[in-house]
Amino acid sequence: MIEVPGCPPIADVMTGVVTHMLVFDQLPELDGQGRPREFYSRRVYDPCYRRLYYDAGMFVESWDDEAARKGYCLYKMGCRGPVTYNACSVTRWNEGTSFPIQSGHGCIGCSESGFWDNGPFYQHLASFPGFGIESTADTIGTVVGIGTAVGIAGHALVTNICKRREISERVARSNSIEAESARPEQPEEKEEVE
Amino acid sequence: MARVVVDSITRIEGHLRIEAVVEGSEITEAYSSGTMVRGFEKILKGRDPRDAWAFTERACGVCTTVQALASVRAVEDALGITIPANAELIRNLMFCTQMVQDHAVHFYHLHALDWVDVVSALSADPAETSRVAQSISSWPRSSPGYFRGIQERLKTFVESGQLGIFANGYWGHPAYRLPAEVNLLAVAHYLEALEWQKEIVKIHAIFGGKNPHPNYLVGGAPCSINLHEVNAINTERLNHVGRLIKQAIEFVEQVYIPDLLAIASFYKDWTLIGGGLRNYLVYGDLPTQGYQQPDSFKFPRGVILDRNLEQVLEVDGTDAEEIKEYIAHSWYSYSQGEEAGLHPWQGETEFNYAGPTPPYQYLDVEGKYSWLKTPRWRGHPMEVGPLARMLVAYAVGRTEVQEVVNEVLERLDVPLEALFSTLGRTAARGLETRLAVHWMKEFYDQLLANIKGGNTMTSTRERWEPSTWPSEAEGVGLSEAPRGALAHWIRIRDRKIENYQLVVPSTWNASPRDASGQRSAYEESLIGTPVADREQPLEILRTIHSFDPCIACAVHLHDPRGERVHQVRVH
Repeated sequence: MIEVPGCPPIADVMTGVVTHMLVFDQLPELDGQGRPREFYSRRVYDPCYRRLYYDAGMFVESWDDEAARKGYCLYKMGCRGPVTYNACSVTRWNEGTSFPIQSGHGCIGCSESGFWDNGPFYQHLASFPGFGIESTADTIGTVVGIGTAVGIAGHALVTNICKRREISERVARSNSIEAESARPEQPEEKEEVE
Repeated sequence: MARVVVDSITRIEGHLRIEAVVEGSEITEAYSSGTMVRGFEKILKGRDPRDAWAFTERACGVCTTVQALASVRAVEDALGITIPANAELIRNLMFCTQMVQDHAVHFYHLHALDWVDVVSALSADPAETSRVAQSISSWPRSSPGYFRGIQERLKTFVESGQLGIFANGYWGHPAYRLPAEVNLLAVAHYLEALEWQKEIVKIHAIFGGKNPHPNYLVGGAPCSINLHEVNAINTERLNHVGRLIKQAIEFVEQVYIPDLLAIASFYKDWTLIGGGLRNYLVYGDLPTQGYQQPDSFKFPRGVILDRNLEQVLEVDGTDAEEIKEYIAHSWYSYSQGEEAGLHPWQGETEFNYAGPTPPYQYLDVEGKYSWLKTPRWRGHPMEVGPLARMLVAYAVGRTEVQEVVNEVLERLDVPLEALFSTLGRTAARGLETRLAVHWMKEFYDQLLANIKGGNTMTSTRERWEPSTWPSEAEGVGLSEAPRGALAHWIRIRDRKIENYQLVVPSTWNASPRDASGQRSAYEESLIGTPVADREQPLEILRTIHSFDPCIACAVHLHDPRGERVHQVRVH
């Protein structure tokens, strides 16, 4: 049995699973939950193109605010990317047109088992699931261990504050006017990271 | 007298059973039954109202988005939220995308095979098909070689013994009347439509992240607009939308509408069959001056009784006397008893299955026989859907609607009364697709104009936080799904959903009769329908498919046997 979770799964992933068997005459490699590693071995958050803003602590605080218009991280708006295993942020939807985060809404985690009770959808996750955890579905299951996240938070904090400075500076260089308005947000974000 | 049972009706979404009594060669009585149960009303209790759209949208992947739209509107109505103009335009674009894609898919992939004999296309002369194609449209894919190629593909299908997507047809049935050449044309466009429909839905992906089930948001649209940012709706994204709209206009004008007219011209006797009810209900949609201004809707709101186009009555979703749901023949129970009718704000969802244990021969149609409740407007059964929308718009004097309707009546040389029929319903669907695809261009141009004028706002933050809500609130969200009038009613208490009721279009159309014996739209429309061959009741499919049944949202979720029965039984 091959599990291809999602509500619904990405059409290209579904086709990919079928053609994997037909063309290569083999079953795709599966993880501990029976999901093809090819599509379900990464959290949406791992390769998310907005990940750098997460690492830098630069978040959308309310709908259509300045941060939303710059495409910052949607974590605080309830994004389930950090606890959802799926290919959305790489494969994207509808022949690569977009995926929820790219269109400004957080991931609701529809490929995780019982996702409908993992809400409310707009309440942000109780704790940071961790910076740079390289766990797979085999070892960590569907819910990322909060303890693990706390354990490495010290290391992550340092790394990410450095990253945030670097990213902020890059943003500032590209648009010096916008940098002025972005800077006052930073002390508040630092508290959130800690 | 024989009873013909079709269970399940295929080429629809969901599980629908029709039992029809045939005397001689005509249907004299009919019963429509939804054979799955829906539980959204139960699922939603106690949840955050802002989450409801994500649940209701998943009632069905076919008319995806409309259940989300009705849901966010219900919550916004309850909380007194007015969304920004750009959000309305984006919602309108998503609405039209849905309608255009859904109607084209219905016409080519669900309904056309009731009129088009796929196997007959094998004997067509491709050169003649080419001549026909070029005489009705300027669509470029029309050479003899192109149609020969399609014929070869079809031949491979048939010779392999596996018709695949064309497997379940009554091929060779005497009621098929198109020349082989027109059948081949329709098969070619069946395949082209399949390709094209996956393009148009990319508009959902651009504004909502994906299709099916794009994202919605209470208070606006989740996407932000920023012309100076790659990470938002920018020029590239807008260009993409513009391109898809242009492509859609070409497809609808050059393929769908010419095909519809060509096929309809061979079946004009179906303008006399399948009319059914004489009452039509439309909530209306596509606001141009905001959702609070129904007069500004592209699809006007209103009720027509007894086919009287001289008078359009007003509809109020909040009036406890107007819309009520009954359960006399439905597998539910009400605390106030069997005869009661409940306005959806007071709606109850208590399952009470009293039907036979499968497998069974017939339903007990004297008692309860469906998982659909029976909605009524001031006690009247109503037809909802494209025909209702076109009739109400026509009757209130919308010239753009009158023009396209009159043009088609003229070209088919049939009177206005021809609309009250199976073919009229199918034509109305094509006509509103034609209107909607041009309206998309209007909404798109307006969005560009707003952005050019400096207005990029897509969401209000007002009353997003539950702490700003009253302790009790109630709202109704009205919309038009491709299949007709759709509404959600919500009651909020202590920031949670206390009660939530969906009354969906296929509930209006496919429901069982009410306590006083009045039939709903499907049942009524089958009375008098001819049946040439009881083993192959193609005529039943024509009329039922003309409504575009979508039973997934009308009843939902669970087949206790975990299996489907695709068969026709004749007794």
